[in-house]
Amino acid sequence: MELLLQLFLSFIQVGLFSVGGGYAAIPLIQDQIVNVHGLMSLSEFTDLITIAEMTPGPISINSSTFVGTRLAGPFGAILCTLGCIIPSFIICLTLAHFYYKYRNFSGVQTVLGALRPATVALIGSAGASILMLGLFHSNIHEFALGDFRIIEAILFVVCLIILRKYKTSAIKIILGSGVAGTLIYVLCGVAGLPL
Amino acid sequence: MNQVQSKAANTNPPDQQRTKGHILWTLFKSMFVLSACTFGGGFVIVSLMKKKYVEELKWLSEDEMLDITAITQSSPGPLPVNASVIIGYRMCGVLGSAIAVLGAILPPMIIISIISVFYNEFRSNTYIAIALQVMRAGVAAVIFDVVINLCKNVLKTKRALYIGMMFIAFVATYFFGVSAMLIILICLGIGITDLLISLLMKKRKEV
Repeated sequence: MELLLQLFLSFIQVGLFSVGGGYAAIPLIQDQIVNVHGLMSLSEFTDLITIAEMTPGPISINSSTFVGTRLAGPFGAILCTLGCIIPSFIICLTLAHFYYKYRNFSGVQTVLGALRPATVALIGSAGASILMLGLFHSNIHEFALGDFRIIEAILFVVCLIILRKYKTSAIKIILGSGVAGTLIYVLCGVAGLPL
Repeated sequence: MNQVQSKAANTNPPDQQRTKGHILWTLFKSMFVLSACTFGGGFVIVSLMKKKYVEELKWLSEDEMLDITAITQSSPGPLPVNASVIIGYRMCGVLGSAIAVLGAILPPMIIISIISVFYNEFRSNTYIAIALQVMRAGVAAVIFDVVINLCKNVLKTKRALYIGMMFIAFVATYFFGVSAMLIILICLGIGITDLLISLLMKKRKEV
């Protein structure tokens, strides 16, 4: 019981202080679970992050579910996740309330107008990072031209053309690229082509 | 689902009259699917949400989606959860928020609960590793598609300030790793300055 309460309170802190998405939450979770409360070893925690990154969904939700399940079963998972989202829920609800109340004022529009180009740039930057990871297995600072992956590059171009031309749903494109790419790799492996 | 028709009139959906139950169900279903298919960070799901709620369902305007993105980015907590709170609130108030968040967190909770039982097998599986790697190409294509549309609209404003800010913000985050939070705060400052200048100009004209 004490463990559950401790987990819940720890994850409320994680939820409250992780500004800026999943990667901001990882050091906070590590601090709470490994350093402060000693609930997990560092290597266990590293495994957890690997899994959280490999599976779909927000990293902090993934890791809170994982920590909760490991330490206290399904009930722990629910409690950790709840702790993680309660601060977001309250804060975002408040912000949403004020946003919809005041967004039609012209002054507010001017200020928000300046935020929009930046947001476009942030989304673009995230896209460029993922593209680099896909094409070179690396980021912009340490990539090598020799690592270029032709199959992923072709997949990217084909997907983009389909999206621009036919307005296909994003889910179909993502899952389709996964299936098609895996098949191509497996077939190339069977044919013995070097990749 | 039809008996709540009168209530739907109060919530005033932007597109056409739909029943509240139907909106809540669509909200839950779409969040569930988006969350289940989001590989990678928060901005991936923002691109997916933009395609779903702006282009497909036409629930939100494009500017609204960008504002929501900026708000989510500057609040604590997981980005997809923050975005679903706001979109849910927009469509159906607090109940909508709760339903949207539930949809967003259920898939990762289910998937992780299953994987945590046999995660060694999962981690060492080659096919899963290949699929996750190639899927990045598809994810990148989706984000690029969304960004091309958004970029066009910023260019359409023909304001040198906005176009310049977009370009500089991209270079700063992508090449120099400046945090998104800092970019948003600086642009907030620029926006407030922009507002003050335009107010001052107006006053001078009147005098």
